[in-house]
Amino acid sequence: MLEIKELKARIGDKEILKGINLTIRAGEVHALMGPNGSGKSTLAQALAGREEYEVTGGEVTYEGKNLLDLAPEDRACEGIFLAFQYPVEIPGVSTLYFLKAAMNAMNKYHGRSALDAMDFLALAKKKMSDLNMDQSLLHRSVNEGFSGGEKKKNEIFQMAMLDPKLAILDETDSGLDIDALRIVADGVNRLRDPARAILVVTHYQRLLEYIVPDRVHVLSDGRIVKSGGKELALELEKRGYSWVKEQAGDTSPAVS
Amino acid sequence: MTKEKESAPHLVGQFEQWKLARSANGSGWFDAVRESAISRFAEIGIPTPKMEDYRFTNLAPLARGSFQHIAIAGDNKNKLDPDPYLYGDSTAVEIVVRNGCLESVSAAGDLPEGVVVVPLSEALHSYRELVEPHLAQYAPIESEGLAALNTAFLEEGLFVHVPRNVILQKPVHILYLTDPGDRETVSYPRNLWILEEGADLTILESYAGDREATYWTNTLTEIVLGENAALRHYKLQLESEKAYHIGRLHAKQERASRLSTYSISFGSRIARNDVNLALEGEGIHSIMDGLYLGDNDQLIDHHTFVDHVSPNCESRENYKGILSGKSKGVFNGKILVRRDAQKTDAVQTNRNLLLSDHATINTKPQLEIYADDVKCTHGATIGQLDRESLFYLQARGIDKDTARSILINAFAGEIVERLEFEPMRSRVESLLYDRLPGGSALKEWR
Repeated sequence: MLEIKELKARIGDKEILKGINLTIRAGEVHALMGPNGSGKSTLAQALAGREEYEVTGGEVTYEGKNLLDLAPEDRACEGIFLAFQYPVEIPGVSTLYFLKAAMNAMNKYHGRSALDAMDFLALAKKKMSDLNMDQSLLHRSVNEGFSGGEKKKNEIFQMAMLDPKLAILDETDSGLDIDALRIVADGVNRLRDPARAILVVTHYQRLLEYIVPDRVHVLSDGRIVKSGGKELALELEKRGYSWVKEQAGDTSPAVS
Repeated sequence: MTKEKESAPHLVGQFEQWKLARSANGSGWFDAVRESAISRFAEIGIPTPKMEDYRFTNLAPLARGSFQHIAIAGDNKNKLDPDPYLYGDSTAVEIVVRNGCLESVSAAGDLPEGVVVVPLSEALHSYRELVEPHLAQYAPIESEGLAALNTAFLEEGLFVHVPRNVILQKPVHILYLTDPGDRETVSYPRNLWILEEGADLTILESYAGDREATYWTNTLTEIVLGENAALRHYKLQLESEKAYHIGRLHAKQERASRLSTYSISFGSRIARNDVNLALEGEGIHSIMDGLYLGDNDQLIDHHTFVDHVSPNCESRENYKGILSGKSKGVFNGKILVRRDAQKTDAVQTNRNLLLSDHATINTKPQLEIYADDVKCTHGATIGQLDRESLFYLQARGIDKDTARSILINAFAGEIVERLEFEPMRSRVESLLYDRLPGGSALKEWR
């Protein structure tokens, strides 16, 4: 589904991704781990099309298409969903309106008819109760005044509504208490499907107890330095990131 | 070199011409005021950027232009259709004034007893006893040349008198249309609204014009709110982008009265709006809100002034501006708290969204406080669309133009939502969508 080859990217003059190679097939759940500043979020945002991250080399093929040629909105319409590490507050735009606009945009892109308002609302309410979310959030401005947990749940809620082919979760676990973490993980697990791929970006092994990955990759200083099965996450938890860094022969301090 | 004043002898000349042309219409009692107003205008002329209050707004085109008083310039055949600007059955009375002359008054069969809603021309001769105590009593004819000019020429507009404790459920609407064809004209709309104690009413005021026409609207409104009276006033300015709109509002509020006055300003080459509230009694509540949208070479200037004369009054002011192209915005909000006005609670904000590198805004709060136990806050912001928010919307499949429109619309929404008269609110929403790059999609999804 997704094939990343030698991907390089920078912000301003600073090179962050220094040659990423990663292949994700439909049905798989991959975890991308690494210390702060290793480039995890950069990779997640670059895949979603963030303009500030300039791709300077390499290729990304998604479903046979050159992903890097697509505008962010077209990537989303093609089925890529990024759950933001820091969901943005949008005063004056209700969550309901925001979701409708997104779903309408996607329907338009695929030439499908607009969704029925009643069906939409019923679906939204169902997905919200799955995530133990207060339905009044639908009528509040997107993420405005939401608690940290509500913001993260709102990302998973949007993901459930938009039904992506490739979901990228950017540190969705950070800042969540254990109850919220379980609810979020359950939400993600419900989406596990042979036709869907999920990339979980995280700093902590904790989330991976609930969302058990097929593959684990360790990113350090802009490169994937180690890949393995789910047991790699446990080993990292035990031995720390310095262990992989040493193995990779990298002694430079992590960029922030 | 900027002049100290712009005298406009041709406008004074037009007054003499007009005076001769007018047939005796029974409102001669006001002629002495007209004469002194035109003399004052001849002395002080049109304001220039030398004056602090006009620093950013150069009205020289008004002096130089060949603007003809519309009654002299005659009638035009290509008429602008008023229908898109009317509200019909949702209003109690709807008056259309075209090129300074009365065109129509909708049936007003069900007005409560004692309520007078008539064109000003009619009020001048039929309701002198109601008009005379108030007309030209609040506008600063001595100090403001354009207020003096309006007063000299005033003839048509909306006169409203609501007696004690009478509530009008449906709003009253006045529409000023200008379609002078190829001629450059000037008209002088004038409104006088008097609400006696406990009266309650909504007034809508609209301005629209032929988009190809260059003209000047010099309008003035005086409002008197008796004790505990309540007025909601919505002004929608949609003049031609070649037009000049000079608007001035003076309200005198008595004890415990409530006024909300909204200025929605989308049109005009140069629009200048002065809103002046005098809070002369305790327990008054005043709201002044505004939304201005500028594009191309438009200049939209709001000058507001709240005069807190008495204790225990609240004023709330929120103006928002959206500026694109090479447009300019000006906001000057003055709050004066006099020595006796203890426990005044005043809040003023002015937020601006600049959508292009060439758009500019000059915003200035001006607080003068002579009482020692007051709460006054003010804030002004100038910003661009937030890139994080744009990316967030795009990452959910929404194209960039639509995403921009959603964010701009959300910015404006805070003011639009407060327009309590629903037909006007949806009209303003719709006009807003029309002006936004991806607005058509939003309109569909509404």
